[in-house]
Amino acid sequence: MVEQTIIKVADLNSYFGPLQVLKKINLEIYRNEILGIIGPANSGKTTFLRALNRLNNLNDTYSQTGEILFEGRDISGISDSILRKKIGIIFALPQVLPMSIYNNVAYGPKVHDVTGKKVVSEIVENALKKAYLWDEVKDRLDLPAPRLSGGQQQRLCIARTLAVEPEIILYDEPCSGLDPISTAKIEDAMQQLKEDYTQILVTNNTKQASRVSERCGFFLMGEMVEISETGALFTHPRDERTDDYISGRFG
Amino acid sequence: MHKRISEYIIETCIRLSGLVVIAFVFLIFLFLLKDSLSLFGVYPVNGFLLGIHWLPISEPPKFGIIPLFLGSLYVTFGAILICVPLGIASAMFIAEVAPPSLKHILKSLVEILASIPSVVLGFIGIIWLGPFLKTTFHLTTGMCGLTGSLLLAFMALPTIISISEDALVGVPKSFKEAAYGLGATRWQALWRIILPSASSGIFAGVMLGIGRVIGETMVVMMVTGNSPIIPTSILQPLRTLTATIAGEMGETVSGSEHYFALFAVGLVLFIITFIINFLAELFLQRTRR
Amino acid sequence: MSTARGRQKAAFFILGFATLLVVLPIILTILYIVKNGFSAISWEFIAQSPRNGMRQGGIFPAIVGTIVLIIGTMIFSLPLGILSAIYLVEYAKDNAFTRLIKLSVVNLSGIPSIVYGLFGFTLFVLFLRLGTSILAGALTLSIMSLPVIITATKEALEAVPYSFREISFSLGATRWQTVRYCVLPYAIPGILTGTVLSLSRAAGETAPILFTVAAFYLPRLPRSVFDQVMALPYHLYVISTQVPNMPTSISFATAVVLIALVFLMNLVSILLRAHFRKKKQW
Repeated sequence: MVEQTIIKVADLNSYFGPLQVLKKINLEIYRNEILGIIGPANSGKTTFLRALNRLNNLNDTYSQTGEILFEGRDISGISDSILRKKIGIIFALPQVLPMSIYNNVAYGPKVHDVTGKKVVSEIVENALKKAYLWDEVKDRLDLPAPRLSGGQQQRLCIARTLAVEPEIILYDEPCSGLDPISTAKIEDAMQQLKEDYTQILVTNNTKQASRVSERCGFFLMGEMVEISETGALFTHPRDERTDDYISGRFG
Repeated sequence: MHKRISEYIIETCIRLSGLVVIAFVFLIFLFLLKDSLSLFGVYPVNGFLLGIHWLPISEPPKFGIIPLFLGSLYVTFGAILICVPLGIASAMFIAEVAPPSLKHILKSLVEILASIPSVVLGFIGIIWLGPFLKTTFHLTTGMCGLTGSLLLAFMALPTIISISEDALVGVPKSFKEAAYGLGATRWQALWRIILPSASSGIFAGVMLGIGRVIGETMVVMMVTGNSPIIPTSILQPLRTLTATIAGEMGETVSGSEHYFALFAVGLVLFIITFIINFLAELFLQRTRR
Repeated sequence: MSTARGRQKAAFFILGFATLLVVLPIILTILYIVKNGFSAISWEFIAQSPRNGMRQGGIFPAIVGTIVLIIGTMIFSLPLGILSAIYLVEYAKDNAFTRLIKLSVVNLSGIPSIVYGLFGFTLFVLFLRLGTSILAGALTLSIMSLPVIITATKEALEAVPYSFREISFSLGATRWQTVRYCVLPYAIPGILTGTVLSLSRAAGETAPILFTVAAFYLPRLPRSVFDQVMALPYHLYVISTQVPNMPTSISFATAVVLIALVFLMNLVSILLRAHFRKKKQW
């Protein structure tokens, strides 16, 4: 099967003020794959993820060099609004807006000028279904979102991202605050979403990476040490550092 | 497209609004300066700043602000003597000693004090405090610097109390706990650890209180008498910089020397309070670290 | 051990005493004013104009004047103050220019009220040829109120959790959309409270309106924004210093009305704060 490249990262260096957080990252991301990114804390995984949809720019001290191409186009030529619509992100702790469930999911379409109650309702329903949350909340869409459980809130976050019809979904350690059942539900959702979306999963949990992802990259101290098919990475990693991390010699 | 235009307009308004504050400070300074310079065209700056006679209606008029400046100084100094110890002590009480229910009541009372209009306090000065001080101290008149100082001390108290209280409460709990861990009593912890840690903030509060006192107009105009001569004691009538402007502005002709002289007094006030606020802000920045 | 305890007792006693010295006069002052002024308060007092050189009649025009000035101040200072604060919190980068703006806010808040009066006189009354008018007075009071509104709005905006903004941006919203839908609605309580507080201060100010709008005796109500107007603080000032043989009960009553107005506004602001704290959803 020919892999289509959807994102190409070339020589990416990221800085927060004088501190360099990413060093010469080179990688390609293929359409419809689930790419895992593992590594110890502070290795730059989150910064890398957020560089893709330019969320790092919210921080005044951030700067970067290098190129990121989305479908062949340099992302610096794409507006923030469109870029973030096409590349959505799920944060580590479930973060919902203090509005109803319905309004949380409808917020994305609203800011992208989707109007018409019927149209929006349909979008909300579809998004909640794809996030495996619809059955649990369909009778109480007016409930304030903060009242949902952690796992439900995280699935709500997935739904709200899906509502703007992205092409890529980024996950930044999405299950770190969740119990195993909620985690399993989210991992199931990811498998189903694979058909229509490209997904990148940053995780501290190597077991999760081996369960969910097809390819996996290992980040250490701002560098991407190696990237290969998940099975291969875990059984015979090319680099010694990767092996040390996976075996738990450090973490 | 429609949305983009209206959004652009709103964001432009927002950005312009940010500038507006700076613009106002500049404008105020400029307008004061402009009219002050008109004075200094015909009256020497030295005579203004160092002159000891303020006689705007004599022939030739004299615009020396030393009596006014000293008047402001006396009244301010008197007020500080009262409100700084009282204010800091009250702040300490409210922050560290009072039980929560009492704390709430006390803070509300202080807020009430802060909202009493200055003209009402001036009124109290005329109708009660002045006569009271006159009989108690056997003065020739109750309309003197002391009356002003007392009332001004009260006006400055809320500022000093609330900023000092914030500073005291802002001291990290770990300091307190470390002190207790070493066996200190609450008072020892308060006096030796918390108070010094909060000193920058408290100092800033005191500075802002001083700024309030120097800038107060109505109270001093109503109770300190109307005597623009160099005061020899706080029990005498005197005149402050602020009261001079308020009191004499109505009697000047627009464009006359006297008129410009009052603007020059305003400029002096502006500069003094500018410096005080700048210093206070500096100290507040220190606490925020 | 006991001397340390003893010292603590003594020290706390002194602190408490100092607090009493502060708090007691506040209560006594208010009681004093209310006790002496209460007798002269009647419906006629509030609803009629003064007669006989202020010595009789009511203070209706002054009440109306003060209310008109409050409304005028709100119209000018509220939008400007809120937008400035939005700029400072949501748009400004952390650089020297922003620090300059913040310093300017601090300075504006420290400028003596009489200097505002001078400025208002020379800019609005003379330069812009508005004459002594409601417009000039309201504009002057607005500039004076700006720092309070900006500070209160800033605090209200900063209290909104950062995550709301992050969520909004991550979905592709623009900065203004984020402010409008995810920040402002949750800052409104704080903004409201701060606004009412700043207006209550403006209501009690005399110095800024001395040369910009206040009239000594104007029994008829204002007909346009270019008219002069009577105002409660100025009225109290005049009757306590410049009217001979003024019956003190009327002066006290005027003070009562002024304090009541200011306290009422403060009370509204406190109630608003409590009400919104209950409704908080995060």
